[in-house]
Amino acid sequence: MLSEAEIREIEGEAKPYASRKVACIGALKVVQKHRGWVSDEALRDLADHLGMTPDELDGVATFYSLIYRRPVGRHVILVCDGLSCYNVGYEDLLGYLSKRLGIGFGGTTADGRFTLLPVACIGVCESAPALIIDEDVHGRLEPPEKVEEILKRYE
Amino acid sequence: MKNGGNEKPLTGDFRADGMPLGIREYEKAGGYLALRRAMKEMSPSEVTEEVKASRLRGRGGAGFPTGLKWSFVPTDRKNPGPKYIMANADEMEPGSFKDRILMEHNPHMLIEGMLIAAHAIGAGHGFIFLRMEYWRSARAIERALAEAREKNYMGENILGTGFNVDLHLHTSAGRYMCGEETGLLNAMEGKRAMPRAKPPYPQTSGFMGRPTVVNNVETLCSVPQIIRNGAEWYRGLSVNGSQDGGTKIYGVSGKVKRPGAWELPMGTMAREILEEHAGGMREGHRLRALIPGGASTPFMLEEHLDVRMDFDSVQSVGSRMGTGTMIILDDGTCPVGMLISLQVFYARESCGWCTPCREGLPWVVHALKAIEAGEGRMEDIDLLLEQARLLGPGNTFCGLAPGAAEPLGSGVRYFRDDLERHIREKGCPWKKTKSP
Ligand SMILES: Cc1cc2nc3c(=O)[nH]c(=O)nc-3n(C[C@H](O)[C@H](O)[C@H](O)COP(=O)(O)O)c2cc1C
Ligand code: SF4
Ligand code: FES
Repeated sequence: MLSEAEIREIEGEAKPYASRKVACIGALKVVQKHRGWVSDEALRDLADHLGMTPDELDGVATFYSLIYRRPVGRHVILVCDGLSCYNVGYEDLLGYLSKRLGIGFGGTTADGRFTLLPVACIGVCESAPALIIDEDVHGRLEPPEKVEEILKRYE
Repeated sequence: MKNGGNEKPLTGDFRADGMPLGIREYEKAGGYLALRRAMKEMSPSEVTEEVKASRLRGRGGAGFPTGLKWSFVPTDRKNPGPKYIMANADEMEPGSFKDRILMEHNPHMLIEGMLIAAHAIGAGHGFIFLRMEYWRSARAIERALAEAREKNYMGENILGTGFNVDLHLHTSAGRYMCGEETGLLNAMEGKRAMPRAKPPYPQTSGFMGRPTVVNNVETLCSVPQIIRNGAEWYRGLSVNGSQDGGTKIYGVSGKVKRPGAWELPMGTMAREILEEHAGGMREGHRLRALIPGGASTPFMLEEHLDVRMDFDSVQSVGSRMGTGTMIILDDGTCPVGMLISLQVFYARESCGWCTPCREGLPWVVHALKAIEAGEGRMEDIDLLLEQARLLGPGNTFCGLAPGAAEPLGSGVRYFRDDLERHIREKGCPWKKTKSP
């Protein structure tokens, strides 16, 4: 079941658009914000609320890389694998993180703290190599050990 | 945006602390005067004519003349009903970061540009289509929209003129395809961001089937200065002899001394941008090649550096200006790895509609990775060139595949020796020297 807060926010999202269905991406993001990810059950409830079939909504949800249809950790690390980052140390950064966290792309640490995912160029190429944790952008991670200090901020 | 003479109309008023300009500060710098003039003193077609005369060309990459694009929108008499203005703030092409800088520092400039564009095409609604990862931009834009609404620059009966324009922020959820203008429209309608077959073009049938103009952020930010200071002034901002008008935000990333972005006259030499503004290569690194304007533009070599960075000139050295934000390849980075990075991006972001793109790109990635791992065959090199041709213009519904083909084709031609060396030596020479 969608919560009252979720429904209220979804209605807010839908306001500038002709119908709730047109606002379904915003609605998916509301559900994800509250629950961390979009489960099959949440997807069915939301589809119902928006007047769509679950398959129709899932077709949209699975197109967008930042809608998570599988559980993620408390914090999501999006490592930029764009070309500017590649040129100034992306591989070292990814190697360091994978080793440090014991996971590769798509993995979540056993304690549920971090999920590691790739992301296309995040538009801070002048500060490459860069990554995002939750909603924060961190750049100039050369050498990769610099990420150690940053990880501490995300329990 | 001071009166004439200021050579940095896009960035000259940025605050030193990096925070966005509030509405008061923006007004003090001359902000919203252009909107006043456009809505009170100019007819929609006069605004469009002024923008045409300014020689402003779209900053989203293709360089389509902005005034001309607006003039394709049918008038109310021919097609009554809602029309839309969209700001393309998806900026996901690797190496591009100029639109973010504009939105984080001066969101009102984008809003004013959109309102003027709305007036020119008769749009009553507009959306800023923003990629999800630009949270800072989102916060700046939300605040600026509220301020503009409160001051009646936006909303109903704007400044007592009788015009109504409402703008909203739409934040996306990832995928490069959303930046392609018809993919963007599908995403706005709550669908998968597949592109649409053209024609019809968005100017006649766009958002919800209604006439729509999609413009890049930097394009729209350039509009208020044109209306305030006039087309002639704007044309005079570019380097003498450049066919394009205005200033341009150029950027440099990679192993240079001072990576960053600078507003310079349109048509500034590539060498000046790299050597003077970015400070040249880092100590101990040499320039191998560069990509002049985002990942979809062909490679250039050092011998091509003495070229003006404007839409026509860059084509004379076999590349395109694109977004004007260069990526530098140095001699310490393997060019095969660089091609893999590019093609992995395109393969992942393909929407899967067209066969050459859906099937070809994963094959290209596979072949390049095999070469990098020392398992390639000499025949693969010509097959890669063949793929670049098949991915090229005319074979697919949108520009993603041709965008992948440009650095692939030019890269294979320029770095053929390196590819051959990987095959001959059965591995990556760069990795061999690096690992213990
Ligand atoms: C795959 C693909 C992605 C694109 N991404 C963007 C983008 O993020 N921002 C942008 O302004 N234009 C992008 N474009 C170009 C747009 O389709 C369109 O040409 C542009 O927004 C028009 O604006 P302009 O006339 O002001 O340049 C993309 C094109 C393709 C084919
Ligand atoms: S070229 Fe690629 S991304 Fe563009 S429509 Fe075809 S399959 Fe989709
Ligand atoms: S390539 Fe990583 S921020 Fe642009």
